[in-house]
Amino acid sequence: MNTDWEMVIGLEVHCELQTATKLFCGCRNAFGDEPNVNVCPTCLGLPGSLPVINEQAVEFAMRIGAALHCDIRPSEFSRKNYFYPDQAKDYQISQYDLPLNADGWLELPDGFRVGVTRAHMEEDTGKLTHIGASGRINAALHALVDYNRSGVPLVEIVSEPDIRTVAQARAYASELRGILVATGASDGRMEEGSMRVDANVSVRPVGTDAFGTRCEIKNLNSLRSLGRALEYEAARQIALLESSGTVHQETRHWDESAGRTESMRSKEEANDYRYFPEPDLVPLAPNAAWQERVRDGLGAMPADRRAVLASALGGAPTRAETDQIHAVVDLGHDGLVTAAAGAGVPAKLALARAANEVAAQSDAGLQLDPASFVSTLAMESGGQLSATQSKAVLGVLLERGGGDPAAVAKEMGFEALGSDTLGAVLDELIASRPDEWARFVAGEDKLMGIFIQAAMEATERKANGKEVAAELSARRGSEVARRS
Amino acid sequence: MTTATTLAAEVRSGERSAREVVDAALADVDSGDGAYHAFLCLLADEARAEADAVDAEVEAGRDPGPLAGVPVALKDNLCTRGALTTCGSKILENWNPPYDATVVEALRRAGGIGLGKTNMDEFAMGSSTENSAFGPTRNPRNTAKVPGGSSGGSAASVAAGFTPLALGSDTGGSIRQPAALCGVVGMKPTYGRVSRYGLVAFASSLDQIGPFATTVEDAALLFDVLAGHDPLDSTSLPSAPEPTLTTVHHGVEGIRVGLCRDLVDGCAPDVVARVREAADALAGAGAKVEEVSVPEFGYGLSAYYLIAPAEASSNLARYDGVRYGLRVDAGGEDVAAMNTATRTAGFGAEVKRRIMLGTYALSAGYYDAYYAQAQRVRTLVMQAFDRAYSSYDVLLGATAPTTAFDVGAKVDDPMAMYMNDVCTIPSNLAGHPAISVPFGGGADGLPVGVQVLAPALQEALLFRVAQVVETHAPMGAGASRS
Repeated sequence: MNTDWEMVIGLEVHCELQTATKLFCGCRNAFGDEPNVNVCPTCLGLPGSLPVINEQAVEFAMRIGAALHCDIRPSEFSRKNYFYPDQAKDYQISQYDLPLNADGWLELPDGFRVGVTRAHMEEDTGKLTHIGASGRINAALHALVDYNRSGVPLVEIVSEPDIRTVAQARAYASELRGILVATGASDGRMEEGSMRVDANVSVRPVGTDAFGTRCEIKNLNSLRSLGRALEYEAARQIALLESSGTVHQETRHWDESAGRTESMRSKEEANDYRYFPEPDLVPLAPNAAWQERVRDGLGAMPADRRAVLASALGGAPTRAETDQIHAVVDLGHDGLVTAAAGAGVPAKLALARAANEVAAQSDAGLQLDPASFVSTLAMESGGQLSATQSKAVLGVLLERGGGDPAAVAKEMGFEALGSDTLGAVLDELIASRPDEWARFVAGEDKLMGIFIQAAMEATERKANGKEVAAELSARRGSEVARRS
Repeated sequence: MTTATTLAAEVRSGERSAREVVDAALADVDSGDGAYHAFLCLLADEARAEADAVDAEVEAGRDPGPLAGVPVALKDNLCTRGALTTCGSKILENWNPPYDATVVEALRRAGGIGLGKTNMDEFAMGSSTENSAFGPTRNPRNTAKVPGGSSGGSAASVAAGFTPLALGSDTGGSIRQPAALCGVVGMKPTYGRVSRYGLVAFASSLDQIGPFATTVEDAALLFDVLAGHDPLDSTSLPSAPEPTLTTVHHGVEGIRVGLCRDLVDGCAPDVVARVREAADALAGAGAKVEEVSVPEFGYGLSAYYLIAPAEASSNLARYDGVRYGLRVDAGGEDVAAMNTATRTAGFGAEVKRRIMLGTYALSAGYYDAYYAQAQRVRTLVMQAFDRAYSSYDVLLGATAPTTAFDVGAKVDDPMAMYMNDVCTIPSNLAGHPAISVPFGGGADGLPVGVQVLAPALQEALLFRVAQVVETHAPMGAGASRS
């Protein structure tokens, strides 16, 4: 980024609520079903059909508002009118001048606060699939519409233009995702489209206050896309301005494969949505008791949960540990770490195992119950399992969704060696390598590794490396004492 | 003709079979409706099957309900499962809804029989039923005259004696004005008292379904069946409806009636004379009648013709050729071109006019001057009603400014056509109930309707007052089919 310029970024995030049914009808709200099975007169927009608000959707929207420190206000639905084949009624029921949640903020992990202008409710559209050579709209031979998504509840979270860097934008999206998941309102899956990010970007000379002309970027389907698109767009705008050009207010499409933004429509071509209050719905004004219930029922947010993990470590976390804490909380595995720490397992060990071994399997959707995790780590820290063995046991437990770690360890042949057995193995090793042993006793420390490796091989890796090392050191100590 | 009350009593007692009643009604329409074109289609098979079901109930000693075996004509903007629901529009010419409107289900539960779908101004936009894509309906009192609209087919069905009852919808007078012009009773309930689920929307904040009947008592009978909370309609009122049939004959002793000058003054002299006679009749029956002026009503028409088209422009957007109804392929690969070709071919002139008016009124830069201003006027009208009802229990006025006019007389003059609704619109803007009761004839011998207006949820009082007006109506005027 050219250091003479500063970015001004505001993000609009659409998040699908994971309610049982749609926003205005009783159809199932589910991702991945056969096309057009979850439909009825209302979400198909048939003549004569009417919307009825889903109470659970309101509850979830209020949770999001509360988690973002918004005022929850008396609100109203409005119609946003525009023609598009995925829009069953050719208008979208949304909230316009009276959103449910307004005036909140989100704090980034570094403490920087981004203002949240509003978080309002609206319905999703159907899903268009363009059939043709490239799958792009302009090359399509025909289009298919799946109305399963039509009427799925959304909350649109609009930030203030407070964001100044790509890193902040990514941190905002990431933190918001964590909050959405923590409220239980959304699964926050960008890859399934349940969280979608649009970015408003402008640039201005460093040290100036006035906003530049902004462009809105759509089709940002991952944090990586968000970052790349912002970098590209800022560079494009700066290049334009430095060559005495003008940035035109427009909506631009991010082309992930080409790595660039392309103009979709200009301000002049933009729709006049002709918003007006939705006459088929009554105003939505959750009373104080309901609001209080929602606020009281809100669980710990990611920032609080990160703080809990950090304090469990005792002392300030290292950079690597901070990364591990973020990863563990983002994936919702912090419960494993706190359970383990509570059971006396070293927190650093629990954090490392959760951030690495458990997290690695999270993409596959594998989960682990805290009890199995805690027992495994207790065995590791107690010396019954080596680190390698512990990781292998965790892998099996994750695949099976839990189980008894001791039984798994036994099944895998990971029985810990009794100290008698280890002693006998070491006796034999020392006897077979008298020269190396003498040099080790004489102070050649690097030979320790050779003995450990040999001990591991001799015990088919059932020995605990640390225990072997401790035993070797002890024997050297007594040998030295005996000689002197 | 036999009233619904009598007919239902006879069917419930086994004196007459529902099947016999329905067969006779179907035969009547077959032989007689060529002259009027009240019906767009008959639900003959469904009606006979429903009649048989009613008869089976009676046979089994069970009560099929208060409308047992009574044929009811249904305005064609009420969804009927598997049966054409066109709204009088080419754009829905072949549309069969997959569901029944809540009122259609309510009718069936009460033993009523949906006999057929009646003609209407396209999407309920009009006051003469001449805006139907399927040809106009004629007034059964005089076939050279319009039946009024937009529920002209339903009014004509009752006036012609095809069905003792009919359902219509009233957005700015579309039940009451055709009732007046056809010499039958037509009533618009309180907004939210009758579910709109399955009523194809024209202007959502104004639309309300209501009954047509030959007597006030029959209208109350049907209203009681329709009224109630519907969880499928968010604007449906949650309170339990007060029964009206039981009190319809309770008279008007001590009731304060405001004869509203603003709902009389601009009307034709013969209409004014009938309204004043009706006021005298009420006074004679024990009501306290006074003249009252509510000048805000004069702004109602202008506000209505911004609000209704604005909502309509949004409600009718869905007729785009994508999912159902007419599709005209423009030959290109562009969806927008298909939308345009479909809408150009599918909508009639009046519908297009209102879509354009409404789109304009909601457009950026015009919203405040038109739509928002109209909403402020609507609030004024509501406040004016409140003021009037602080002194009066009901208001009295004309329903329509004139008796039925000639077919073709106003089709090219939208403003003249819109003026038909000037007396009926205030109740829609306020969401209040109102009823038109036939009261004698005009100078041309055609029926005149007197309108009674009541505060929200005062339907029982409305019917009581209307019943007294009906009792004192001059005999004979416009009582026969031409």
